[in-house]
Amino acid sequence: MSNIVKVGIAELDLVVPPDTIRTTGLGSCVGVILYDEIKKIAGLAHVMLPDSTLAKAASINIGKYADTAITSLYDMLIKRGAIKRNMKAKIAGGAQMFQFSSGSEMMRIGPRNVESVKSQLADLGIPIMASDVGGSSGRTIEFNPESTELSIKTVNMGTKIL
Amino acid sequence: MDFTKIKPIHLDILREIGNIGAGHAATALSTLLNKAVDMKVPSVEVISFDEITEMVGGSENIVASVFLRIIGEAPGCMFFMLPIKQAEQLLFDIFGGQDIDLDDRFTSEMSLSALQEIGNILSGSYLTAFSDFTKLNLQPSVPATSIDMAGAILSFGLFEISTVSDFAIVIDTAFVDMKNEDEVKGHFFLLPDPDSFEKIFKSLGVPLA
Repeated sequence: MSNIVKVGIAELDLVVPPDTIRTTGLGSCVGVILYDEIKKIAGLAHVMLPDSTLAKAASINIGKYADTAITSLYDMLIKRGAIKRNMKAKIAGGAQMFQFSSGSEMMRIGPRNVESVKSQLADLGIPIMASDVGGSSGRTIEFNPESTELSIKTVNMGTKIL
Repeated sequence: MDFTKIKPIHLDILREIGNIGAGHAATALSTLLNKAVDMKVPSVEVISFDEITEMVGGSENIVASVFLRIIGEAPGCMFFMLPIKQAEQLLFDIFGGQDIDLDDRFTSEMSLSALQEIGNILSGSYLTAFSDFTKLNLQPSVPATSIDMAGAILSFGLFEISTVSDFAIVIDTAFVDMKNEDEVKGHFFLLPDPDSFEKIFKSLGVPLA
């Protein structure tokens, strides 16, 4: 019997087979999956903001920012036995949900999240095996650590597997 | 913005803003449709991001939404959000009995445009009442429309607040059918930016202690 591990907004979690991991309603947020396909372990972070320097609060929620979420997800995976050189990533999200003529920085949050996630992964030397980013549709994603398949569901385009 | 400083009186103030604002919007909707529209008592809650999407039936629930930014002395975000079925019903009423299928690309452009205009009119009345009540200078941005997952849409309004907190204060007012109270026609969500709360409370003479 396999379960689905659910990851909420600004949260992160790990999964091992036969379970799968899932996050719903990604808009401008980015879902980042890190996995070791040999050790069969994966983690998912639902990243909301590009950079923890944006934080104005005293204590920060590490799952919320691209920089802190990816490094802690990475550390969690290593701690659970994943090997650095096996580590790969798949990413989805970063949509522009609403189109505005006046493009303030806040309205560009989706693309900024994607840029930040990509540069964090590059810094860690983790290759991105598949990505489905941008556009203007919300996404629900589910990752299977056994097959390393990422299924992406959108309102207008059905489900696709990456 | 310190949530611990917020007293019951402050929540009452926010509830009253929701009441006055949505009251005006309900009147505008009633005039547009030429039929009675009722609303529920606004709810004001300090809730986590995940709970917000639960208010509209879960993160994956598909909704029609008009979004606008409030610009001026107390910036924030406003959403007019309704279930697809209700959006189609609303457009059916507006177009004088013409069947609307929001999944159909051919009719959608016209429908979306109409929906955007309705959202614009209603949010405009909400915002005018909000501005008159608080004597704060507030203007709406040009509205944007989207039909998508509730979570994906609402998270767009959370970015300002998410830099300071993992919780948001949401002023939610639901429209209901006069005959059938359980049938929610739509929601108005007002999400002031973190720094705006102090300005709102101060303008009404109850600053945060």
